[in-house]
Amino acid sequence: MSAVAAGSAPPSPSLRKRLAARGIDGTTLLVLPGVILTLVLFVYPCIYGVVDSLSPAKGPWYANYRIFFTDPFQYKTIAATLWLSVPVTLINVVVAIPIAFRVRLMRRQRLLTTILVLPITLGTVLVADGLLNFLGPRGWFNKTLMFFDLIEHPIRLTNNYWGVFASLIITGFPFAFLLTLSYVSGIDPAIEQAAATLGAKARQRFFKVFLPLLVPGLAITFCLSFVQAFSVFPSAILLGAPSGPTRVIAIAAYQAAFEQYNHSLGAAIAIIMGLAQLLVVVIVLGLRSLFYRGPAGGTKG
Amino acid sequence: MHDPEKRLDASGEIGLAEDSKAKNGRLELIDVRRTFGAYNALDGIDLTVEPGEFIALLGPSGCGKSTALNCIAGLLELTGGEIRLGGRRIDELQPEARGFGMVFQSYALFPHMTIRKNVGFGLAMQGVPAAESQKRIHDALGLVRLHGQEGKLPGQLSGGQQQRVAIARAIVIRPPLVLMDEPLSNLDAKLRLEMRAEIRSIHERIGSTTIYVTHDQDEALSLADRIVVMRDGKIRQIGTPEDLYERPNHLDVADFMGFRTRMTGKVKALSGGDALVETCGATIEAQAPGDIKIGDRVAVSIRPEDLVATHEGEGVKAKVESIEYRGRAFFGMASASDGSELFFRSDRAHARGEEIVLQPLAGRVRLFREGA
Repeated sequence: MSAVAAGSAPPSPSLRKRLAARGIDGTTLLVLPGVILTLVLFVYPCIYGVVDSLSPAKGPWYANYRIFFTDPFQYKTIAATLWLSVPVTLINVVVAIPIAFRVRLMRRQRLLTTILVLPITLGTVLVADGLLNFLGPRGWFNKTLMFFDLIEHPIRLTNNYWGVFASLIITGFPFAFLLTLSYVSGIDPAIEQAAATLGAKARQRFFKVFLPLLVPGLAITFCLSFVQAFSVFPSAILLGAPSGPTRVIAIAAYQAAFEQYNHSLGAAIAIIMGLAQLLVVVIVLGLRSLFYRGPAGGTKG
Repeated sequence: MHDPEKRLDASGEIGLAEDSKAKNGRLELIDVRRTFGAYNALDGIDLTVEPGEFIALLGPSGCGKSTALNCIAGLLELTGGEIRLGGRRIDELQPEARGFGMVFQSYALFPHMTIRKNVGFGLAMQGVPAAESQKRIHDALGLVRLHGQEGKLPGQLSGGQQQRVAIARAIVIRPPLVLMDEPLSNLDAKLRLEMRAEIRSIHERIGSTTIYVTHDQDEALSLADRIVVMRDGKIRQIGTPEDLYERPNHLDVADFMGFRTRMTGKVKALSGGDALVETCGATIEAQAPGDIKIGDRVAVSIRPEDLVATHEGEGVKAKVESIEYRGRAFFGMASASDGSELFFRSDRAHARGEEIVLQPLAGRVRLFREGA
């Protein structure tokens, strides 16, 4: 340890070399901006929120959480949000798979992906506006059905569950699809060809070869899509029934914080929301670990 | 060359070729065509493969050899012609209905299945009963010397082992035809030599008809009963390794068979199969194809090992450009007065720029008509 005693021993490597051996060098500094941004914009607000939620205006430290979980008007928002986000996410992922399988073989993928990215860039408000016009009582959809005498009165498709549902599908599908496509394309086509030459029919190739290799990717896709859908807010208000069936948890948090001016309760609801998402994500990723998770390509020796 | 009876005996002990004789038939490709848009990947291929034969499709990348293999496997549809096996037309069958075993360059093992399940996949698809399936998997893994690895995943094996699993997986279903698409090109040089010998020995033991795609002429020469040299979607030459090595009928084939030096010359005299050719300021003797006349412009091809460097006597005068040591001899490149590049052999190192005389060994020079 002592520098004086080390006189005859070979000189120990410089600090820089010792750090480099542990993987710390000049390049490591490049992570600093990211670390700072994460601390300032994520870690600090997160901790602030937790502390805020545990400092209610009156009552013990858990008062906000007790308010939420004892009031059906509040705690039912969790079920309402799940009731929207889980089916929507499942449909998005399940529908994305066959389409991704077809698109994988297409040459002009870029055109298609561009078209699909558009709804993402438009934002939920514009989509909601479009859907109000299209699916509304006097919209094209009902007009067409009535023109062909398929229905007598307009079907109610907006300002209820189905309006929000449609909006979440439209904005969520491209995302789920693009992710699924990248996972599907990542599987070496020779693997499917090998299964075919060994006598597996299309159905067997899908269920015995593709699906097990896709499960990890689909789990990630499900989680990301689910988190997106669970935090639904604008379309639940614009297209849904925000005081009834589509009173999602984000609305509860908004109302607590900005209508009742109880920021402490708002923070508590936001944290409950985050924990609910986390729970679903943990369950899905836990199920994923039951499957093979290695590379899905041809492995070289 | 091969004794089918003996081969069947040898395979009887491992039980992989039991009904191969009944299933095997002659494979015929009749005017097979495949286009991609305006591009002719296969431009009328005619080929007959006898049961038990080992055929190599040899050619540079883009010559259509893999396309041909994929057409036979059913992974690509034909745009013309037909493929028959034992007289029965098969080109309209789906790949899963053909029952051929295929070995891929990337191995294409199922990464999520154990070695046992990988090898047993084809048997499971055929509905082979469990007891028989176990025995056949065991035999196939024994054949590729992989006992004891049954429970591992492909990712836990080395490249050579993975390729052996792929071979076991392909032959365990007792296919009438084994298709191999550059199976050794992902392996290192030493392993490639080992696996080459192993593939040949497996073929000799189970006697299955094999079509092997490669761009490596050494591989084709050492493995195949017959070699099919392809270029631009067409077959250039079909023959035994010896035929192709000694008597290439086309400049492209010669190029592939190691005739690196290519000079242009003019035929001065003919007698029987021999010709005297004037090239690069020298007159040399060469084997002439039948259709050559005196006065023809010809391409002259020689292998480096058949063009020897000296300092005196008759021969092509050239200046050494580079030289390298390759064990028993030195090999080098020299340029002739007309700029032709000559690849030669020597028993000693020459200095760059040294003037030498290059003498072709008698009977080792091939002539091809210009533009042929």
